[in-house]
Amino acid sequence: MSETEFGPDGTGHFGRYGGRFVPEALIAALDQLDVEYRKAMTDEVFQAEFGRLLRDYAGTPSMLYDATRLSQQAGARILLKREDLNHTGAHKVRNVLGQALLTKQMGKKRIIAETGAGQHGVASATAAALLDLECVVYMGEEDTRRQALNVARMELLGATVIPVTTGSRTLKDAINEALRDWVTNVDETHYLLGTAAGPHPFPAMVRDFVRGIGVEARQQCLDVTGALPDAVAACVGGGSNAIGIFHAFVPDTDVRLYGFEAGGDGVETGRHAASITGGGLGVLHGAKTYLLQDEDGQTIESHSISAGLDYPAVGPEHAWLADTGRAIYEPVTDAEAMQAFQLLCRTEGIIPAIESSHALAGALRIAPRLAEELGRTPTIVVNLSGRGDKDVETAGKWFEVL
Amino acid sequence: MSVSIAFEKAKAEGRAVLVGYLPAGFPTVDGGIAAVRAMVEAGVDVVEVGFPYSDPVMDGPTIQRAAEAALAGGVRAADVLRTVAAVADAGASVLVMSYWNPIERYGVSAFARDLAAAGGAGLITPDLIPDEADEWIAASDEHGLDRVFLVAPSSTDERVRMTTAACRGFVYASSVMGVTGARDQTSTAAPVLVDRVRRLSANPALPVSVGLGVRDGAQAAEVASFADGVIVGSALVDALLRAPDLDAGLAALRALAADLAGGVRHA
Repeated sequence: MSETEFGPDGTGHFGRYGGRFVPEALIAALDQLDVEYRKAMTDEVFQAEFGRLLRDYAGTPSMLYDATRLSQQAGARILLKREDLNHTGAHKVRNVLGQALLTKQMGKKRIIAETGAGQHGVASATAAALLDLECVVYMGEEDTRRQALNVARMELLGATVIPVTTGSRTLKDAINEALRDWVTNVDETHYLLGTAAGPHPFPAMVRDFVRGIGVEARQQCLDVTGALPDAVAACVGGGSNAIGIFHAFVPDTDVRLYGFEAGGDGVETGRHAASITGGGLGVLHGAKTYLLQDEDGQTIESHSISAGLDYPAVGPEHAWLADTGRAIYEPVTDAEAMQAFQLLCRTEGIIPAIESSHALAGALRIAPRLAEELGRTPTIVVNLSGRGDKDVETAGKWFEVL
Repeated sequence: MSVSIAFEKAKAEGRAVLVGYLPAGFPTVDGGIAAVRAMVEAGVDVVEVGFPYSDPVMDGPTIQRAAEAALAGGVRAADVLRTVAAVADAGASVLVMSYWNPIERYGVSAFARDLAAAGGAGLITPDLIPDEADEWIAASDEHGLDRVFLVAPSSTDERVRMTTAACRGFVYASSVMGVTGARDQTSTAAPVLVDRVRRLSANPALPVSVGLGVRDGAQAAEVASFADGVIVGSALVDALLRAPDLDAGLAALRALAADLAGGVRHA
């Protein structure tokens, strides 16, 4: 991995994106985090412990599954990167284990985290329990009601959940509240941010903790098919699972990278969470990136059936990959995602997370395009970033079985 | 007109400058203008007009509530500039305090131009550090505007030097690690930070103002004993928030501003 080639630069910029748009009071903590994370990336002891936890505790490497029944329907060979089978049910366990270990290394005893539907909160509470850290999770008040089971999970794991009643009472406000806690308690607290966004070094650090997804998938694809895939598809909210699977493929310029944003009711309706395809350049939560905002730069609330993608901005590395053309970003509507959700359930017996269903829907959309362009059946690796157990109620209502 | 004139005048009078914050558009745009004028009449030397923002990560509950109310009332960038113009017309020295995205969205150069045209002295940027501020530094130079960056107790010596070198008008010493909000006691870290800033400052003439926590004249006097400026925000906003109507709010604001103005004169 070459930093100069794949970013960020020394001050945390991916092209014109990223950087640090935070109060000065946080700069010292971000500098410390940057130093410790870089040290950890090459520290044998840290890497051995991280590797051990990923393997023995989280259950990685996750399998790359040749989904033949789905492939028949898709007109493409679809390989599913089964991050849904990890402990806690998603790719997120990789990031929380990395950051929780780093918290220990920095001598801090408390982590705080934000969560939307509760997945990152549960993952953080899990890592905190494992590594004996105090854990406080900020969650929009409305979300604590809608996701009462996840609140219970976090509390069973020993975490404290604080309902956020400010602003729009959603994920973005939970991040604001976590940042306020962090600036107040920064000496003993690490902010365990849940996605590859935020101020430098978070986007690069989170990416580096989850980039094993792509490293594994690349080798597994070579092993299974004898070649690299024609395309890699992932869903993009903040963008951690996508950057995790993309990163190892960035130098492979023949491999097309596709990020599928949450199109909600359709980008044209204004009710969506597609920051790259339907947003504009700005600054949110510490980074310059694409976000949903009005004419005065006030953040606009996002909309998606998928809580994990329901965020009005995107990690800066994605903004940069979009600008350079290295990755292509397209919106997928709620309806398209749910159709793909159902197809995977019925063809493969796998209930995917609704987030990951956006990636599946995108893969189904690009399959005929690629087949025509290549004159053969394309191979597409889809990051099945999470399992759908948490979404049964939403899906049950959507398909009117509940 | 740079705020440095207010600092020179106060220095000549042997006292500290009183800097007062209120968000534009709260409780309404005209009500907000009346509120700022009231606190200027009662002795506030330099006004910070807040640009209400949807995601104010450095603000505590008081300023968040006022900003939310202002946004719910439909306050726009043009209203912020109108507030600046109304206050400047009344003869006060006025800065805008804004999170960075509204300025970025307006266009950095365009905002600098329109702020200068409205009679504004410059901009306080709580989430813009000099490292990211090339465009703003160029625009503020072009339009002769002050630029107030923040230093914190956690700032390294190197960052204090770099930040003071980038400031014009004054440097904002955020004296406690935390968000805005009135506190019962001012921070013990404040005098230490001010002393460090004076010792390390790239520009020894640059005034140092202390913010975060001051709520009354006694605390203002305490801060004025070691700083060039005393910044008060949440306590002033709270006076408006607690009042049953605007007239009562203006009366409470006048009383508090007068108490604070007395404080900076009795250090």
